[in-house]
Amino acid sequence: MRKSYGHVVAVAGVDLTVEEGEFFTLLGPSGSGKTTLLRLIAGFERPDAGRIELGGRDVTSVPPHLRETNTVFQDYALFPHMTVGDNIGYGLRVKGVARGERSKRIERALRMVRLVGLDRRRPSQLSGGQRQRVALARAVVNEPEVLLLDEPLGALDLKLRQEMQLELKRIQKEVGITFVYVTHDQEEALTMSDRVAVMSNGRIEQIGLPVDVYERPATEFVAGFIGISNLLTRDGIRFVIRPEKLHMLLEGDTAERGMTVEPGVLEQVIYVGQSTRYNVRLDRGEHLVAVRQNTEAADESHELEGRRIRLAWASDHTYVLDQPQPPDGEPATADNSKER
Amino acid sequence: MAVTSAGRLRKNRGAAPLQALLWRWPWVRPALLLIPPLAWFVLVYLTSLVLLLVTAFWTIDTFTTQIVQVWNLDNFRIILTEPAYRLIIGRTVGIAALVTLTDAVLAFPFAYYMAKVASRRTQTVLFAAVLLPLWASYLARVYAWILILNHSGLLNWSLQSIGLPPANIGYTNTAMWLVFSYIWLPFMIIPTYAALERVPDSLLEAAADLGARRWRAVLDVVLPLAMPGVVAGSIFTFSLTLGDYITPILVGGAGSSFIGNVVYSNIGIANNVPFAAALAMVPVAIMTVYLLGAKRLGAFEAL
Repeated sequence: MRKSYGHVVAVAGVDLTVEEGEFFTLLGPSGSGKTTLLRLIAGFERPDAGRIELGGRDVTSVPPHLRETNTVFQDYALFPHMTVGDNIGYGLRVKGVARGERSKRIERALRMVRLVGLDRRRPSQLSGGQRQRVALARAVVNEPEVLLLDEPLGALDLKLRQEMQLELKRIQKEVGITFVYVTHDQEEALTMSDRVAVMSNGRIEQIGLPVDVYERPATEFVAGFIGISNLLTRDGIRFVIRPEKLHMLLEGDTAERGMTVEPGVLEQVIYVGQSTRYNVRLDRGEHLVAVRQNTEAADESHELEGRRIRLAWASDHTYVLDQPQPPDGEPATADNSKER
Repeated sequence: MAVTSAGRLRKNRGAAPLQALLWRWPWVRPALLLIPPLAWFVLVYLTSLVLLLVTAFWTIDTFTTQIVQVWNLDNFRIILTEPAYRLIIGRTVGIAALVTLTDAVLAFPFAYYMAKVASRRTQTVLFAAVLLPLWASYLARVYAWILILNHSGLLNWSLQSIGLPPANIGYTNTAMWLVFSYIWLPFMIIPTYAALERVPDSLLEAAADLGARRWRAVLDVVLPLAMPGVVAGSIFTFSLTLGDYITPILVGGAGSSFIGNVVYSNIGIANNVPFAAALAMVPVAIMTVYLLGAKRLGAFEAL
């Protein structure tokens, strides 16, 4: 599938299959084309080339109001002149669902997002988190084949965001609807998704399980975008090693057997609460980051700045980047495809 | 240390007392800003309005045409009971309402196109096209309509050339309705456009996403949200028509006087200023009721 605006290519050749009932995440920096891809699936944009299938049916030229998809918008797009109940019931009303059935389903949706009793309020009388839940209920109540979520937690503060991540996952399991979720937050993607597609410049860099894209990044971009990655080239082989897999050895410490050890200087120690970051410059020139969980009180940290240390790592914790990587990390699977 | 630095600060500032005063009483600054326009408003505008109201309760000596300063309600009694005046008030309000309705119906699709469909460039062109007529004189534009609606005008000439009978709508209420609707249309388009512009596109997308066709989305979502803008525009079209007396003279027929025409003839010809004042209170009263209604519909938040 392709989509461009004038000379700007937003989505450049994406081929993607999402399984039924899956929590699928499109992860990428802003401008990577993930939102455009979502809008193509919803029908707000028309592709320049390619097809979109929903449950085996070609919907490429079906307008959005006839597609079995519903969207949770980034700004929620709640109707300000309607009550919460009317907002949630709007899709049912348009489709001509009878009043009694409608109020039953609205009630059920309110229970699901834990907003019982707020159906008479206006969106302006709700908090950000509550509005987010209304937007979710308004979409889910229609029981679409696919629910599209465009950075729905972006406007919430950290605590609420983490709460809603679990909530979303719970709701997705409860209703069994396929979720296609767009985010630039890698932690969010790894926490909630069954599978993740990492996007960059309108292309998919890698599709895989959260553990795949984190532990075995297919490209340098994926390695760099998800988490902190240390990129090293030794003997002509480029590989990635995650900061928590690096062991820091002070004078007198000895590395475990079979580990690679390289000397360097500890340039900076950054205390970030549950862990401490160590910025190290190896004698061979590269800057690496090591992270250590503060399982015990870490108070000696700053005195270590400027000291010579050694970094050690096990070779099976490194992940080699094959230079010419095919665009798809995982082969596209299965015939019971929902979208392509 | 804090004390000495504060002392030094005070010494360094020549204008400190005034600055401190302005800072301590934050209302002083806006008050200074508002006194000149408020003074003008109270003296010139409110005073004359109060004078008008007071005069309305006086009367004139029918022989000398001198104003008699005796309090009475005769003027209002005549206005409310005399069929001729009731007819004129009814005509004025009726045409003002019709013009408002016509402009709302014409302006909404146009403003919708401007705000939601047109490209940036087209938008600018349309905006100019809406505002451009306001640069031409009101009189010139009304005269242009006379040339169109005349018995031998452009309209009848066109009708005849395609073999249709002439439509003699020059110098009728229909002509006034057409001309007023044309002249005040920009005053309806602009606030409606401003209100539509403020309706986020994502709401239209959300409605479509939930299964609504475009017209349904416009009816359910866009129209209610743009309504305050339409009501704001209607304040202009309604009050401007209500107070006009030039168009009735120029394109209205024999029996098409507005309230303004009667006020004018009572000041100029009959020299009955108290009666003119009483009659002039009628549009003021109507507009007061209208504005209170508009306020309830949220029109002032849209301005």
